[in-house]
Amino acid sequence: MPSRPMIGYAHVTKSFGSLRAVDDVSLDIAEGEFVAIVGGSGSGKTTLLRLANRLIEADGGTITVEGEDVQNVDPVALRRRIGYVFQSGGLFPHLSVADNVGITPRLLGEPGAAIAARVDELLELVQLDRAAHRDRLPEALSGGQRQRVGVARALAAKPRIVLMDEPFGALDPLTRDALGDDYRSLHRKLGLTTVMITHDMTEAILLADRIAVMHSGKLLAQGTPAELSNSTDAYVLELLRTPRRQVERLNALLSQSGAA
Amino acid sequence: MSLFSDPRWSDALSHLPDYLGNHVRVSLAALALGLAVSLPLAILTRNRPAPRGILLALASIVQTVPGLALLALFYPLLLAAAALTLAWFGISFSAFGFLPAMLALALYSMLPVLRNGITGLNGIDPALIEAAEGVGMTARQSLVLVELPLALPVIMAGIRTAAVWVIGTATLSTPIGQTSLGNYIFAGLQTQNWVFVLFGCLASALLALAVDQLLGLIEGGLRRRSRLRTGLGAVGIAALVAATLVPTMGRSSQGYVVGAKTFAEQYVLSALLRDRLQAAGLSATARSGLGSSVIFGALKAGDIDLYIDYSGTLWANQLHRTDIKPRAELIAELKTALAKENITLLGELGFENAYALVIPKKRAEALGIRTIADLAAHASTLSIAGDYEFFSRPEWAALQKAYGLQFRAQRQMQPDFMYAAVASGEVDVIAGYTSDGLIAKYELVALDDPRQAIPPYDAILLLAPKRAGDTRLQEALKPLLGKIDITTMREANLRAAGNDANSSPDVVAKWLWEKVGKP
Repeated sequence: MPSRPMIGYAHVTKSFGSLRAVDDVSLDIAEGEFVAIVGGSGSGKTTLLRLANRLIEADGGTITVEGEDVQNVDPVALRRRIGYVFQSGGLFPHLSVADNVGITPRLLGEPGAAIAARVDELLELVQLDRAAHRDRLPEALSGGQRQRVGVARALAAKPRIVLMDEPFGALDPLTRDALGDDYRSLHRKLGLTTVMITHDMTEAILLADRIAVMHSGKLLAQGTPAELSNSTDAYVLELLRTPRRQVERLNALLSQSGAA
Repeated sequence: MSLFSDPRWSDALSHLPDYLGNHVRVSLAALALGLAVSLPLAILTRNRPAPRGILLALASIVQTVPGLALLALFYPLLLAAAALTLAWFGISFSAFGFLPAMLALALYSMLPVLRNGITGLNGIDPALIEAAEGVGMTARQSLVLVELPLALPVIMAGIRTAAVWVIGTATLSTPIGQTSLGNYIFAGLQTQNWVFVLFGCLASALLALAVDQLLGLIEGGLRRRSRLRTGLGAVGIAALVAATLVPTMGRSSQGYVVGAKTFAEQYVLSALLRDRLQAAGLSATARSGLGSSVIFGALKAGDIDLYIDYSGTLWANQLHRTDIKPRAELIAELKTALAKENITLLGELGFENAYALVIPKKRAEALGIRTIADLAAHASTLSIAGDYEFFSRPEWAALQKAYGLQFRAQRQMQPDFMYAAVASGEVDVIAGYTSDGLIAKYELVALDDPRQAIPPYDAILLLAPKRAGDTRLQEALKPLLGKIDITTMREANLRAAGNDANSSPDVVAKWLWEKVGKP
């Protein structure tokens, strides 16, 4: 008997007016897995992600989280137990770093002292100096620091699942790389199940265990990077060509300069 | 003599705690009520375009109603409401003063709060509302923890605008019986006491400016998320409110309240009545500047205890009579009619303040005009000016009917300016008052009324229903009855119309007191 998926999509559809944003998609995400959903803008990848915590409601099909049909779960309770990292942070500008991080535990009614301790723990986890950052407002942080706070906030209520909506898209390459690696190790250390949206195949290959490719609302392919490279789908191959070319060019350029 | 050594400044200053305290009290209550109504409305309608549009349109319409009219409208409205609640639930409330002023001002404050509330809430980055939902907030938590705090600077800007409007408009609540800084302006205008007018304007402007700056500090603090600024502003507002309210707090009840309408003679007479009561050992205050239609209702409801009215005015406005009777008969009939409403007509003061058509003496002689009948022949080439109510009063209709008067043009004017206007020839005829001292000063003449179209206007002293059996009050007032003849009153009015330190109603009342032999 196969173990039940942490998140399961079965024949899920969602339309906005005449646009089929998600079209008969089935996808299982196992416990502990790091899955990247890759696709261009308008491919339906963000819609697919948001269906999982009911920020968007599906028109058809079934979505399960930890074995439960999400339709049978109170959406607010569901969101509180799933971490969510927003594009460019989504931090509340009027709340301090500590208040932002502690928001979900506060909504769950946890005592203040426990929240404060948890915030310190989380800031350490995402490698932010707590003395320097705790009481600052988001506007006083760099983009990378903001996204670290965003990750800390998503983890605050000790979720088993984290959904990430293009979390590192707006960052400079160095910060992006460091943050990706840091998150990847958190994912492993905390035993999380992570679904990350990205339009960047290179990022997906570097971070994820498995990649799902979306195009025009359809799930074109899913599998490990190696499995995907065996795909016959033209769009999938096109997506994989970019990182390959980058690697080739980088190798060529780096060996040239090394020889010089 | 320097400008500020004028004793009227210190006179004005002595009223400041009372006027300012009441001004702040009514403004604060109005703002609080306006906010309590419009903020929830803004929240409820922010995502519903149709009701939002209707609400904003209604608030805008309210804004286009002139402040004075809005305030004046609330008086009869509340009067009717009070009658209804009395009939249905046995509960009565005062439709006078604080309540109508607060309600009208609250209505006035709604537009900026509504508009900024909706704008502020709709202007929030949708990504943040999504984030609020994503971290597990309910719609209500999102509103309280995210949307309202983020919209606060914009809402605060609306509150700031509303506060300035309310403070400015509150000066107009004097005629419906709410003491305010407007008391300076209304009294000053009526008695040509420019020091009072200036003082009232300065005081309300400074108050509005101070509140605006302090709320601006709070708004800036919220915008820049600076707790220091926000805190300083809040402390400043609290200190301002405390400083203006505390001096008048815990003041004992004011005893008898003497009402006065909005012209100089009434200011002088109410001061005289107050002095008379105080001389008899009764505590009394004057409440002046009440609108002519408000004051009778205020007496009936017991909001004021006594005031001077004129027999012809009540005859036409309260009894709705258009026929004319001889003086004594009219007063006797009036007394009976008022007694049915439990209002005591204590007696006449001894003079008459009737409407009269007034022209310059020289002009009258040149044209050979002595009576209104003579005037009628020339009327089609002449212009006439009257006070704000004259042309809608039955006397004017009666005059036109009796003499076939048809003037070339008619204008409305501030009563105190009419006499100068007719003396300078700016208008040809005015509907003046027989007891006005300016008739003699400007060498004018009041034309005879041979067909008796204008009813008699004896000054009469009225007491509120609740004072009907108050013999102590009645005994204290009786010495004044029949003591003030027309010459004395004209001279008193002329003094009050002066523009110097001796023209304040209090000083003139003291003179009148001496003149009639300290009764």
